[in-house]
Amino acid sequence: MYNLSDSHIFDFSRVTGPIHDWLTGFLPGWAATTVECVAIGVGLLLLYALLALFYIYFERKVCAAFQCRLGPNRVGPFGLLQSFADMFKILIKELISLNHIDKFLFALAPYLVIIASMLCFAVLPWGDGLQIIDFNIGIFFLIACSSIGVLGILLAGWSSNNKFTLIGALRSGAQMVSYELSIGLSVVTMVCLAGSMSVTDIVLAQGDGWFIFKGHIAAIIAFVIYMIAGTAETNRGPFDLPEAESELTAGYHTEYSGIHFGFFYLAEYLNLFIVSGVATLLFFGGWMPLHIPGLDGFNAVMDYIPTPIWFIGKAIALSFVIIWFKWTFPRLRIDQLLTLEWKYLLPISLFNLALMVCFITLGWHF
Amino acid sequence: MANIQEKIAELFPAATVGNDNSGIVQITVADEQWHEMAKTLRDDPDTSMDYLVTIVGMDWVDKLGCIYYLMSTKHNTMCSVRVTAPDRDKPYMHSVSDLWRIAEIYEREVYDFYGIIFINNPDMRRLFLNIDWVGYPLRKDYDEDPSINPVSIENERQTDLTSVYKEENGKVVKTEREIFHKDDFVVNIGPQHPATHGVLRFRTAVDGETIKKIDVYMGYIHRGVEKLCESLQYPQTLHFLDRLDYFSGQIYHHGLCLLYEKALDIQVSRRAQVIRVMMDELSRIASHCLFIGTYCMDLGATTMLFYTLRVREQILDIFEKSCGARMTFNYACIGGVMQDIAPDFADDVRALLAILPKNIKEYNKIFTGNVIAKNRMEGVGTLSREDAISYAITGPSGRASGWACDMRKLQPYSIYGELDFDEVVREEGDSMARFKVRMDEMEQSARILSQLVDNIPDGEYCVKVPKVVKLPKGQWFQLVEGCRGAFGVYVESDGSTKPFRLKIAPPCLPLAAVVDHITQGSKIADLITIGGSLDYIVPDMDR
Amino acid sequence: MEVTTKSMPYEAWKDNEYIEGLVKELQESGTNVIVGSFDKLINWGRSNSLWPLTFATSCCGIEFVSLGAARFDMARFGWEVARASPRQADFMMVAGTIVNRMVPVFRRLYDQLAEPKYVIACGSCAISGGPFRKSYHVAKGIEDIVPVDVFVPGCPPRPEAMIYGIMQLSRKIKVEKFFGGVNRQESREEFLAKHPIPTDGE
Repeated sequence: MYNLSDSHIFDFSRVTGPIHDWLTGFLPGWAATTVECVAIGVGLLLLYALLALFYIYFERKVCAAFQCRLGPNRVGPFGLLQSFADMFKILIKELISLNHIDKFLFALAPYLVIIASMLCFAVLPWGDGLQIIDFNIGIFFLIACSSIGVLGILLAGWSSNNKFTLIGALRSGAQMVSYELSIGLSVVTMVCLAGSMSVTDIVLAQGDGWFIFKGHIAAIIAFVIYMIAGTAETNRGPFDLPEAESELTAGYHTEYSGIHFGFFYLAEYLNLFIVSGVATLLFFGGWMPLHIPGLDGFNAVMDYIPTPIWFIGKAIALSFVIIWFKWTFPRLRIDQLLTLEWKYLLPISLFNLALMVCFITLGWHF
Repeated sequence: MANIQEKIAELFPAATVGNDNSGIVQITVADEQWHEMAKTLRDDPDTSMDYLVTIVGMDWVDKLGCIYYLMSTKHNTMCSVRVTAPDRDKPYMHSVSDLWRIAEIYEREVYDFYGIIFINNPDMRRLFLNIDWVGYPLRKDYDEDPSINPVSIENERQTDLTSVYKEENGKVVKTEREIFHKDDFVVNIGPQHPATHGVLRFRTAVDGETIKKIDVYMGYIHRGVEKLCESLQYPQTLHFLDRLDYFSGQIYHHGLCLLYEKALDIQVSRRAQVIRVMMDELSRIASHCLFIGTYCMDLGATTMLFYTLRVREQILDIFEKSCGARMTFNYACIGGVMQDIAPDFADDVRALLAILPKNIKEYNKIFTGNVIAKNRMEGVGTLSREDAISYAITGPSGRASGWACDMRKLQPYSIYGELDFDEVVREEGDSMARFKVRMDEMEQSARILSQLVDNIPDGEYCVKVPKVVKLPKGQWFQLVEGCRGAFGVYVESDGSTKPFRLKIAPPCLPLAAVVDHITQGSKIADLITIGGSLDYIVPDMDR
Repeated sequence: MEVTTKSMPYEAWKDNEYIEGLVKELQESGTNVIVGSFDKLINWGRSNSLWPLTFATSCCGIEFVSLGAARFDMARFGWEVARASPRQADFMMVAGTIVNRMVPVFRRLYDQLAEPKYVIACGSCAISGGPFRKSYHVAKGIEDIVPVDVFVPGCPPRPEAMIYGIMQLSRKIKVEKFFGGVNRQESREEFLAKHPIPTDGE
C-alpha cells in the first residue's frame, strides 16, 4: 500500500481535524457532531447544486461543440449563468396538481431520486481526508444507494396515471435492474484487485499506479463494461429509453412540472457525475495524483495539485466520454438493450471476474 | 393502348371507351359493372392495372361519382375509369378495397368529401373531418356557413365503432364493428408527439412493447386546399402547392404548371425547363438531407440532424438568391419561372456539388455503418413489392421494396428523358433499404445537376401567357416524381377561369395508410423507425 | 425606462414605444423597493430561460428546426431545451395552421402548460388563417383560442424573425410583475373568463 506520509499530497484532515478539535473544545460531543453534520449537509447541498448546474452547462456546451454550434453564450460571461437562470425559473414555476393520481407517491418520487444520488455523495472520495464517511464497506453502500433511484423512477411512472410514463417506468425498471448486475460485477472485480471494500483503501492501493494500468487486461474489460453499464444506469443515450423523447414524449417524468421536474433534471446530471466518480475511484485512482514509478520529480509535481481537483477533473473527463456517447450513437431498442446485457455483458463480466481472480492468485498483475 | 380499349369493348359492351385530354384511355362504366371490370383490369395479363394511382371524387352537380386512375407496373400504361353513383340522395357505390388495399383509405376520403358510401369497404368512417361534421365539404351544394361547423375548443366525440355497409338481397345494410378488442391496451400517440413528424395521430393497441394494431387518424392539418382551389383562378391555385409537402414545393409547382401548359398548349423555353429541373433536383437533395437528419434524430442520434442541415442551408441559400424565399418559393409559374436565376446560381451549384460527396461519405461514416443503427433498421418494417404496389407506396419507399416506380423514368416529363441518371432500386424493403435509397438518390440528383449546371441555355425564362388564364373544357392528369413519391394532380375545367375540380393525389397518404400493415408485431420503438423511414409529411396527406 | 437586452442595442428594436407604454402602465401604481428587486431577479430567470414546447403543425415548424441548427443556433439564448411535455415548457411557438380538428388539442396543450406560460403566434396561418383563411376547416387565427403574447408574421417567418419574436417575448417578461401590480397575467384571467377551460365530460 502507498505510503502517504512520504508524499507531498495535502491532507485535508489537517484542516478538518483542528475544526473538530476547536468545536469539541467548547461544545459537548453530541452538539459538536450535530454542528458538523449540519455544516457538511449545507456544504453538500451547495456542492450538489453547483455541480449539477455546472454539468448542465457543460453538457450544453459540449453538445453544441459536437454539433458545430456555439451553445449558450448570452446569459452571463460565456453563458455561464444560463443554467442558473434555468434553475431559478424552474424553482418558481407552477407545480401542477393533477387529478386521478396517487398524490403521495407522485410527490415522493422526485425526492427518492434526489436522495439516492445525494447519499452516494457521502462516500465519494473527494480528496485526501475529504470524505464524509469512510467505513469499511463504502463501495457496497454506494451500490446500494444508487439502486434506490430506480424506485423513484418506477414510482414516478406508476403514480402519474399516464400510459407514456408507465411504459417509461417499466422500461427503466427492466433496464436498471439488468445493468445493476454488470455494474456490481465489475465493481467486485476491482474490489478483488484492491483487496478491500473501503473507499480510502481502494484509493491508497492505487498510489503507485492506477488500477486501469495495474490490473492488466481484466481491469480494462471491467472498465469498458462499467462505462457501458454506467451509461445505461444513468438513463443516458444511447440507453435513454425511459425518457426517449421521440417515443415517449418525456418518459417517466412527463407529468412533472416545476421543481419536481427540476429534481429529475438535476438528478440525471448528478448520476452522471456519480457514475464517472465511481469509475474514477475504481480505475483512475480516485483523488490519487498520477504517479509513475521511478519518476520522483514528476510525481512530486503531480502531488502539489490539490486532490479534489484530481478527483473532480478525472470525473469530468470521464463524463465527457459519456456525453460523447450520447451525442453520437442512436438509441437502442428495449429488446436489444436487454440482449446486450444478459447475453453479452453479464457472461463477459462473470468471466472477467474469474480472470481477475486468476491474475491475483497467480500474481500476474502489476 | 389499343389493347385495353379492345378488351373492354369486348367484355363490357355497355362501357364507353375514349381518351381524356391528356391522352389517357378513359372508360365510362356504370356502378353495377364496376367491380367486375376492376377485377378484369387488375388480373388480366394484357391490362394488369395493379397500381391504383388515385380516386378522384367528383360532383357533376346532377350526379356524384368517382374517377379511378389506374396504372400497370408491367406495361407502364395508364387508364382512367369514370363511375357514377346511381342516386345523388343515397349515393352508394361498390368498393374496390378488396382489389387494391389502398382503395380503403381513398374511399374513406371520397366518403368524407362527397358522402359517397362504398359498399363492402371494411371501414367507412370519415377520414379528415370530425365524426360530427355536418355536410360534405366538396359537394357543390355544401353550406360553408361557419355557424354550422363552428370552431370549438370542446373535445371532439370519439368512438371506436366503425360502419360497414353490405348488400343483402338487393338492399344495403349497415352494420357496426369495433376497431379494437375490449381488452386492448390502447396508447394514443399523437397528434402532438415528437415522432409523428407533424400532427398525425396513431391509436396504438399494444401488448407490452409489441404493437398489435394501429388506427391512423388524420385531418389535424386538413386545410381544405382542394375546395379553396375551386374558388381561385388558375395561377392563384399554384401557391398552395408550396404548402403541402413543403420540401417538394418546387416539384409540385412544376407538376401543376406542366398540366396547365399542356391544357393551354404552351411551349416552355428550354432555359425554363432546365431551371425547373435543376430546382427540382436541388429540393430533392435538400429534402433527403432533412430526412436523414430527422430520421437519425428519431433514432436518438441527434447530432446528425445538424450535419445534414448544414448542406440543406447551403441549398436554401441557392434558392433564396433566385426565388427570394427559403421555403415557400412560388417559383415555377405557367409558362416558365417567376424570375430569372441569380447570376451566381451556377457557381453556387458547383460549390454544392463539390462538397456533397464528402458530406454523404461523412453521413455514412457516422451513421450507416454504426452497429446500433444497423440493428435498429435492418429487417424492421419489411414491405414486400406486392404490398408496396397494392398500397401504392411510391417514391423512395416503394423503390426500397423493389418496385421501379420513378415517374422520371416511367413517364418522363420536361427534359428528364434526355438526362443520364440511374433509378435507385433495392430489394430488401426494410427501413435500412428506405434509408439507403435516399442516400443514393442524393448522388443521382447530384449527377443530374452536374450534367445541367454547365449547360444552362440562354433564352427567355418565361414565355408570354394570356393575362387571364382560361383552360378549355376537359380533364387533365399529370404525374411527377416528388421527393416522397409520385405526385398526381387532376384538373377538370368547365371552360371558366377557375378549376371546376382540382384533385391532388399526394404520395404521403398511402405512406400513412401502410403504417398499420408494416408495424404489426413489432415494438413501439420500431414504430418510430418505420414512421421515420417512410418520411411522410402530414400537411401533404391532409391537404 | 429602457428595457434592454444583451443581444440587441435598444435603438434597433422596432416597437420601443409599445414596451415603454407597458412599463409606464406598470409603474403607475409604484413598487416597493424590496419587492421590486425580487421581481427583477425572478424576471431575470424567467426571461433568460425560455424553453419551448415542441409544437409544430406545418411549414413554420421546419423553419423552427432550422432555428435550432448551427446557423441560427437558438441555443445561444438558452432556448434549445425544447420539451416534449407541456408541463415543463414555458412557451408555445404556434408554428403552422391550426384547423378545426386541432383546436381542442391545441387548447388542451395550452391548458397543460405550467404557469407562467406564453404563446407566440408564428406565421400568418396562426395569426389569421393566412392563405387558408377562406377554408371551411381552418381557425381564423389563434387569438380566439388562447391569449397570444407575440405575433411573428411571415409565411413562413424567417428564422431571424423568429429570434426577434422570442427576444421580444423575453423583453415583455422583463417588465412583468410577479408580486402584485398590473400585468399581462390579469388580462388572461379575463380571457379565461370568456373562454373557459373545457371540461373533459367527467
